[in-house]
Amino acid sequence: MPWHNMVIGALILGLFSVVGTGLVALTFKGTAPRIAENERQALLHSLHQLISPDEHDNDIYTDIVTVTNKALLGSKSGVNVYRARMGGQPVAAVIASSAPDGYNGSIKLLVGIRYDGTLAGVRVINHRETPGLGDGIEAKRSDWVLGFNGHSLINPEATGWKVKKDGGQFDQFTGATITPRAVVKAVYNTLRYYQQHRETLFADGLTDSVDVESE
Amino acid sequence: MSEISYQQISRDGLWQNNVALVQILGLCPLLAVTSTAINGLGLGLATILVLVCSNITVSLIRNLVRSEIRIPVFVLVIASFVTAVELAMNAFFHDLFKVLGIFIPLIVTNCAILGRAEAFASKNPVGKSFIDGLTMGLGFTVILVLLGAMREVIGFGTLFAQAHMMFGETARWITITVFEDYSGFLLAILPPGAFIGLGLLIALKNLVDQGAEKRQKATTTALQQAEA
Repeated sequence: MPWHNMVIGALILGLFSVVGTGLVALTFKGTAPRIAENERQALLHSLHQLISPDEHDNDIYTDIVTVTNKALLGSKSGVNVYRARMGGQPVAAVIASSAPDGYNGSIKLLVGIRYDGTLAGVRVINHRETPGLGDGIEAKRSDWVLGFNGHSLINPEATGWKVKKDGGQFDQFTGATITPRAVVKAVYNTLRYYQQHRETLFADGLTDSVDVESE
Repeated sequence: MSEISYQQISRDGLWQNNVALVQILGLCPLLAVTSTAINGLGLGLATILVLVCSNITVSLIRNLVRSEIRIPVFVLVIASFVTAVELAMNAFFHDLFKVLGIFIPLIVTNCAILGRAEAFASKNPVGKSFIDGLTMGLGFTVILVLLGAMREVIGFGTLFAQAHMMFGETARWITITVFEDYSGFLLAILPPGAFIGLGLLIALKNLVDQGAEKRQKATTTALQQAEA
């Protein structure tokens, strides 16, 4: 093909790239605020299942601190901790930790812990476990995950923080032990992390990145 | 090529050349998202939208784009529309978007769309390309919803569960519980259920076609006999 044809071809291709990118950019600009609001609402909805809205008076969505601890929080990257306060006093923390050893990759959790160290609740927000077997960890499929409510590091003792098959006190599912085992372990580790770092987590004015690595 | 009538285009798209049942294109989203009817409907509508937009655009620019660069241009057009649709779904159907997840961007790789751009829209006027995109998309969507409904009824014992993700809270009544206290049938929800279900649908279509053919033959022979 003669060289000027190539140039014309390249120009047309370039023109379409510009128009296409423009279309995407415009849509992005138009939808970005709505998407951000959707994500905020979705997260607030999950957070408020753990800590009811009338238990705190701060903006739990922005009062966050990001921490990193691969051993206990199950993720190499930063983990958000949402802090609920009432009149400035700490009420609870919701830690977005994950269980790295699910049957099919890591299971993302929200672990709500009251200031005194008891569990306000646990929710699974993202997982790829087998439908029908491992997905009983979702609150909408079964009430298994509600069984964590009210437990803490001393209730039960460390030996009880396992599924029944391993001698602990939490149920497993028929046909799926790995999934609940991973979640129980992750919740237990998150509680341990909370116990070790409670005061730093609620430290005033701290809104970003406590980089506490332990163990 | 341009003498093809609107009726023929529609018949092709909806039945004779159905994307899912005859061309067997777009299997990846077809098999992956059809665990419920609403998921199928959501992906189907997104696909229709992209297919119609890309067909119209490709048809509009068909004389402008030289054949050497047509494929990259088509891909660019399709990818732009898919991204726009993805963003729009994230903004307006956030829950459904979260369920469909990766399969919205994967519409880009649905061969049916590039296939229609190349095989039809690049050679036909805008009106016909629009009808082609619409009916091809509809044909695909109908199969997505049917397969989703089959798998949902057998797998979960419900129909149109989570309709509120798409139509808002007022649509909760659409959800039908087909079997009360149903423990679920895992095979239907897992990938094998999708393959088996699609196989059954294809078989059903062939059965209908064969029946129609037989009836037609019977009438022709009857007519010939009557004439003789």
